[in-house]
Amino acid sequence: MARRYDSRTTIFSPEGRLYQIEYAMEAISHAGTVLGVLAKDGVVLAAEKKVTGKLLDLSSAKDGGYGGSGEKIYLLNSNVIGGVAGLTADANSLVNYARTAAQQHLVLYNEDIPVELLAQRLCDMKQGYTQFGGLRPFGVSLLYAGYDPHYQFQLYHSDPSGNYSGWKATCIGANNGTAQSLLKQEYKDDIEVKDAIGLVLRTMSKTMDSTTLNSEKLEFAVLTLDPETKQPRAKIYRPAEIDALLLAEGLTKKDEDTEMKAT
Amino acid sequence: METSFAITGKGYLIMAADTTAARSIVKMKVDEDKIKELSPHLLMAYSGEPGDTVQFAEYVERNIRLYQIRNLYPLRPSAAASWIRKALADSLRSRKPYSVNLLLGGYDTATHDPHLYWIDYLGTMTEVPFAAHGYGSYFALSLLDRYHNPEADLEEGLATLKRCLDEVSKRLVVSPGKYKVKIVDKDGVREIEL
Repeated sequence: MARRYDSRTTIFSPEGRLYQIEYAMEAISHAGTVLGVLAKDGVVLAAEKKVTGKLLDLSSAKDGGYGGSGEKIYLLNSNVIGGVAGLTADANSLVNYARTAAQQHLVLYNEDIPVELLAQRLCDMKQGYTQFGGLRPFGVSLLYAGYDPHYQFQLYHSDPSGNYSGWKATCIGANNGTAQSLLKQEYKDDIEVKDAIGLVLRTMSKTMDSTTLNSEKLEFAVLTLDPETKQPRAKIYRPAEIDALLLAEGLTKKDEDTEMKAT
Repeated sequence: METSFAITGKGYLIMAADTTAARSIVKMKVDEDKIKELSPHLLMAYSGEPGDTVQFAEYVERNIRLYQIRNLYPLRPSAAASWIRKALADSLRSRKPYSVNLLLGGYDTATHDPHLYWIDYLGTMTEVPFAAHGYGSYFALSLLDRYHNPEADLEEGLATLKRCLDEVSKRLVVSPGKYKVKIVDKDGVREIEL
């Protein structure tokens, strides 16, 4: 009888809890890590890919689309990048919703949607699934890295219950506790993008299960302002660019076999 | 006849509109306010078909207010102008379109500069440094071409506006007697007497 209140998303347990929502959040804490850091002149996002393997066809990620391999990091609008953790299928539908909401705002007001407004629109929908019967909540947490003229660069997090909050640096998915405490130690208020990139990658390498950091396991994106047009510029890195970045940051482990051969 | 002006300057926007409400050849009222304060930093002067004007202005006013209550930030002038233009364009394609001409001016608190939009009943919209609607525009626009200075301080801006009003009362057969003048800048909206 202890599980009487588990099966219905919209029924409170006697202790006043919604078990399905809590289970959804639990599912997310096993998903690939997504990490975001807000800097003075930009926002940095990184994500750990879980679906990998030699036989996985990644040819489209190399030069198709707008960058990224389409598992964790998506362009939601020209001024917002989203990082997702949780059920990929649910995430796809949320990303689609976010893009539609952003375009609707563009049609009505001829401006990019303010970041917090976009987060709110998604949260309004997520909240609905905690209340209307017979439906399962979205098993997805999101990080929104965005820019708007109201509050400049921003970083938001939203969870399956429909709560959202703004952060200077945060992390969702597996090992998010470890990553958050690392970020808390190392974050400085006036950090710049180039340092934030280092911070993100270092934190990522410490919290990820695998020992080597490479483009096969990592997605990476940066939102900055174009120095000439002063418009937000979202850059989602391609695999080759990620490897180059890791090399530049000195985080690529040397292949020990080749080292042995060299000696 | 109905006339409205607006000019931008350094960090401010001035809007002026005549205050007569007329029907046929008769003046019905001489102290009508035709400039609505849509938000703390947004002004809209309206003219056109009597009845349509007030109806549409109130529709806009309440929708802008609703956006402000629902969302975290007020609409920026550019966003408000785009929304209003779309409302007019949709209306034009309905059974009974609103016949209203607008000047929308505001101070953008995000980028700290004034913006002015000229909008007509066909849903035409352009961003301009100065604008006018009505018969007065035939006299004022050439004056503004000559005297408008986007970097002018408030005093100079008001002097330029005064020039326009004087020219209209000098040359226009049916010139309006009184104007309401409102200013919007970083501190919000205020009304002044010329």
